[in-house]
Amino acid sequence: MDLMKSLIVILLSSVLVNNYVLSRFLGICPFLGVSKKLDQATGMGVSVTAVMLLATAVTWPIQHLLLDRVGLGYMQTIIFILVIAALVQMLELILKRFFPALHKNLGVYLPLITTNCAVLGVAINNITDGYSFLESIVSSLGCGLGFLLAMVLFSGMRSRIDETNIPKPFRGLAVTLIAASFISLAFMGFAGVVDALFA
Amino acid sequence: MEILIALAVVASIALLAGVLLAVISHFFGVEKSKDLKEISACLPGVNCGACGYKGCDDYAAALARGEAQPNRCIPGADTTARALSELLGIEIEKPKDVVAFVHCNGHCEAASMKARYEGMKSCRSAAMVYGGPKSCRFGCLGFGECAAVCPTGAICMKDGIAHIDFERCIGCGLCQSICPKKIISMVPRTSPVVVMCSSTDKGAEARRVCQNACIGCKKCERSCPHGAITVTNNLAKIDYDKCTGCGTCVDSCPTGCLKSRFSPVPFCESEA
Repeated sequence: MDLMKSLIVILLSSVLVNNYVLSRFLGICPFLGVSKKLDQATGMGVSVTAVMLLATAVTWPIQHLLLDRVGLGYMQTIIFILVIAALVQMLELILKRFFPALHKNLGVYLPLITTNCAVLGVAINNITDGYSFLESIVSSLGCGLGFLLAMVLFSGMRSRIDETNIPKPFRGLAVTLIAASFISLAFMGFAGVVDALFA
Repeated sequence: MEILIALAVVASIALLAGVLLAVISHFFGVEKSKDLKEISACLPGVNCGACGYKGCDDYAAALARGEAQPNRCIPGADTTARALSELLGIEIEKPKDVVAFVHCNGHCEAASMKARYEGMKSCRSAAMVYGGPKSCRFGCLGFGECAAVCPTGAICMKDGIAHIDFERCIGCGLCQSICPKKIISMVPRTSPVVVMCSSTDKGAEARRVCQNACIGCKKCERSCPHGAITVTNNLAKIDYDKCTGCGTCVDSCPTGCLKSRFSPVPFCESEA
């Protein structure tokens, strides 16, 4: 029961409170780059969630079974980048071969995620937070869902922005960044909510 | 010693990943078809997307399916277009010779005003105030932003609306993008008939605010022997692929918003 509770806390807090994009400011590049249209934003969000899960499932054993044993914890970042990059490439090849339809929809986003800092951030943070394997998986699922949520919300916001008449100096990236900061501020409101829920 | 262990670990992981990737791509990889390979070889491979497709591979696939023109690649320019058309045996389609045209004939006498505007003498600022002083919400505002932006001086303002000199127009489209009313469009340079209205208001309302408006009566649609005119949203639209310039529609139009290009339309004489 306690395990269940702690897993739910981890899931909710990584979706809402410690949202990777809006609270930790990782993965801003796809957040700004691919959030113009809802379908693209969803595609990117789903791809990132899948890659985060997979990356955690591979990097957690590498850290605990290999790096920690030989005292190479400090090589974490480099090795994780290496492993995640190779992993995404493999995923893309396999998708292309066995799920061409899925590859057609999500395939374009996979190379973009290869060296994405949010994916690397999830893998590393799961280690630093001292999560067990199960907790790590749940946490990365939450982070991915949080990313998806942020992308979908922001794409809605951007489509509204496109329809309005914005003063010239603010057009384009400027107003996008301002909107991003507002949505980030709104998410700050979640701080403490999850802890209080299960207190 | 320790650094050697680190090196060995990183190197072995990299080797493992490399070997795995090679194995997977060897066994599971999808072979590109030979045509696709040859087409891809002609393209620059920078994935800029200027062709309108998702990168070079997507464009190559569209070419292989015969859905795309070989002249779409911007970075590759002429060389690529020629190589592609040779490889695929398709003629390069020449870019269409177009000129800009102002779809409005609501000059001072024809169109009524709903207000007096005393702000900045600019179409875009006037358009921000309740769509401008003209009663017709589609009409040319006549402050001449298009004339100011035209690089060849082909646009002149006369009787409160813009006129474009087809001889001087180079079809760059700058006026089209600056017009806040979006009533300038590109038409073929040789187009024989033009619609001089952009109003999608219902007939009575359109007529109330401007004598020269298209009222969507569909007489032209019915009279055109080639089926080149369709009226959608109370506005006639000409399909220039079908139009032969017979002029039947011009005669049938009750408000005179369909004009033959050869009839005396008030184009600019050089003012200078």
